[in-house]
Amino acid sequence: MSATILFTIISLSAIGATAAIILYIVAQKFKVYEDPRIDQVEEILPAANCGGCGYPGCRGFAEALVKADDLSSYYCPVGGNETMAKAAEILGKAVEAKDPLVAVVRCSGSPAHRPRINQYDGASSCAISASLYSGETGCQYGCLGLGDCVESCDFDAIYMDAETGLPVVIDDKCTACGACVKACPNTIIELRKKNKKDRKIFVSCVNKDKGGIAKKACAVACIGCGKCVKVCPYDAITMENFLAYIDPNKCKLCRKCVTECPTGAILEINFPERKIKEDSTEEAPKAQETKENEN
Amino acid sequence: MLKTFPKGGVHPEEGKYSANSPIETLPLPKTVYIPIAQHIGAPSKPMVAKGDKVKVGDKIAESLGFVSANIHSSVSGTVAKIEDILDSTGYKRPCIVIDVEGDDWNENIDRSADLKKEIGLSDKEIIQRINESGIVGLGGATFPSHVKLSVPDGKKIDVLIINGVECEPYLTSDHRLMLEKAEEMLVGIQILMKALGVNLAMIGIENNKPDAINHLKELVQNYPGIEVHPLKVQYPQGGEKQLIKALINREVPSGGLPLNVGAVVHNVGTAYAVYEAIQKNKPLFERVVTVTGKSVKKPSNFIVRVGTPVSNLIEAAGGLPEDTGKIINGGPMMGKAINSLEVPVVKGTSGILIMPEDISSRKKQSTCIRCAKCVSVCPQGLEPYLLAKLAKLEKFDKLEAGGVMDCIECGSCAYTCPAGLPLLDYIRLGKARVSKIIRSRKQ
Repeated sequence: MSATILFTIISLSAIGATAAIILYIVAQKFKVYEDPRIDQVEEILPAANCGGCGYPGCRGFAEALVKADDLSSYYCPVGGNETMAKAAEILGKAVEAKDPLVAVVRCSGSPAHRPRINQYDGASSCAISASLYSGETGCQYGCLGLGDCVESCDFDAIYMDAETGLPVVIDDKCTACGACVKACPNTIIELRKKNKKDRKIFVSCVNKDKGGIAKKACAVACIGCGKCVKVCPYDAITMENFLAYIDPNKCKLCRKCVTECPTGAILEINFPERKIKEDSTEEAPKAQETKENEN
Repeated sequence: MLKTFPKGGVHPEEGKYSANSPIETLPLPKTVYIPIAQHIGAPSKPMVAKGDKVKVGDKIAESLGFVSANIHSSVSGTVAKIEDILDSTGYKRPCIVIDVEGDDWNENIDRSADLKKEIGLSDKEIIQRINESGIVGLGGATFPSHVKLSVPDGKKIDVLIINGVECEPYLTSDHRLMLEKAEEMLVGIQILMKALGVNLAMIGIENNKPDAINHLKELVQNYPGIEVHPLKVQYPQGGEKQLIKALINREVPSGGLPLNVGAVVHNVGTAYAVYEAIQKNKPLFERVVTVTGKSVKKPSNFIVRVGTPVSNLIEAAGGLPEDTGKIINGGPMMGKAINSLEVPVVKGTSGILIMPEDISSRKKQSTCIRCAKCVSVCPQGLEPYLLAKLAKLEKFDKLEAGGVMDCIECGSCAYTCPAGLPLLDYIRLGKARVSKIIRSRKQ
């Protein structure tokens, strides 16, 4: 009896030892050298695997970083400058700090501003709606309101406002990965520079029609009148195809264009309330830095 | 037993209300809006400017490239502007707007009604004239006809198939054409046969049009080489691939064209347009359009000039019914709802279908229970439920492997789905994305 047990143990150990030796030899023979820094870099990346960097997941980005000579064209929008600095430290390379970005929805066409002229009955997807026709309203450029951007967001940073039917970005959660920008068939969402206290000034419209047609479709459309271009002291506004665009790098947030816009297409967000105008020539923008209205 | 395609297919309610309405000529509109992109391929380039006077049949936009088509003025008058107008694609696109003044035709067009049987042109000249006349496939896909006739070297065509199936419910424009313009159409078929160098043409007609079948059977006795074949009433019998399989039992390979199996398919409307272009020197600027629907007062078939706003057609058919829920450009299966009554009629408009409100919205959606009804009705032998799911999940590699590019977008899957799922919407989206990927891979 004991001999059987002994025999079993010995034979099994022998098989185990042989297999271990074979496996060791094979492992040595087919060993793939992997830069240990890839693991280190991957460790400090956010592990969101969102693809915002342009690589398939954080591992792919880590490999690219290790291979790269110059890190200036690489950026992890989720981790931001902090993560990039850590990665650069591990790799012993230099990295420049980049301005953080945030997604901005450039359409204000709520049902009150932009009446519906037909009813869409197809699959609930912006991409499908856009492949079929110009949408439920008279504006063929604006938000279709079916929420492809919400679905694309990995960070729950965007939701549909039930009242306006438009997507709203939660600035604190937005990592500027750009998934919503790609998901939107009408490219309404833009990544813009994040300003102090989440302040934003932007043209909330993408309508490229002539003024009359745009205005007829939507009360708050950019009509291409060019008043903002003239009033801007920093040359930050350009006009193309009857649509104004504010360059976030040139804009100094003076808010002159906001008051000038006849349709209210330019929005100011997270600014202190203006003084009630006593005389309209006086500009009061940069005066008080009192309380912020939260958004 | 009647011929048909072997797998799949559905049989929706036929609703051919306008089958007994003779073709009428629609009065000229005040203004026409002629889109410069009415066909598959490159949009044409306008040759007229604001203020130019044009006559009926004058070329106003020329084709850019091989797969493109000329566009001719459908009216006489003054070019008012070239502007973006909402057309049947659902988007605003450039249109040539012409204010109608009188009805002054180009001198070269033979306006007499006599039948001219002798074909004076050679095969090359025929294709050249068809190209010049801006003829595109009038079945709905609007593929430029001269491309189909220009057979590449090394390929042999032995049969011309003429599509008189009209499997779309409600539509009757081809049906009426076969009854009223049969002789002209048969001459047109002979012209096409000459251009292709074939001795056999087969006309496929669904068996729900016995009058057209009998009429044509009688007439073809004087036209050697042309045969008439009744086909089983089954949608999508008029799909190119299905028709080839039904008539000559050849299967177009995946990713291939009918000419891979030695066949070319043309619509009966195209054959008639070819007759007019070759024998009467008349370019394609008008076509037969069915205006129909359950509550339409006077379901009709009109000869309509290209560019006429849809509202004119509806007015002539007794006005817009009160219970209108949806207006479709084309048939109920493959047509597309339009979002304005001012959308112009284009070369590919085979019908305007006015659906009452109670049947115009989609079924309430529920979950897929894998009943596989969509699989059994797919005439292409695909798995629609799977393709739709893959398209939703953006698994484009698997979509391609699943044969999404073979989908003919007939809509049988979505029609039959008991869960009311928008299968075709997703498949079409996936197909567009996959074809983009395939194109970029080739570059």
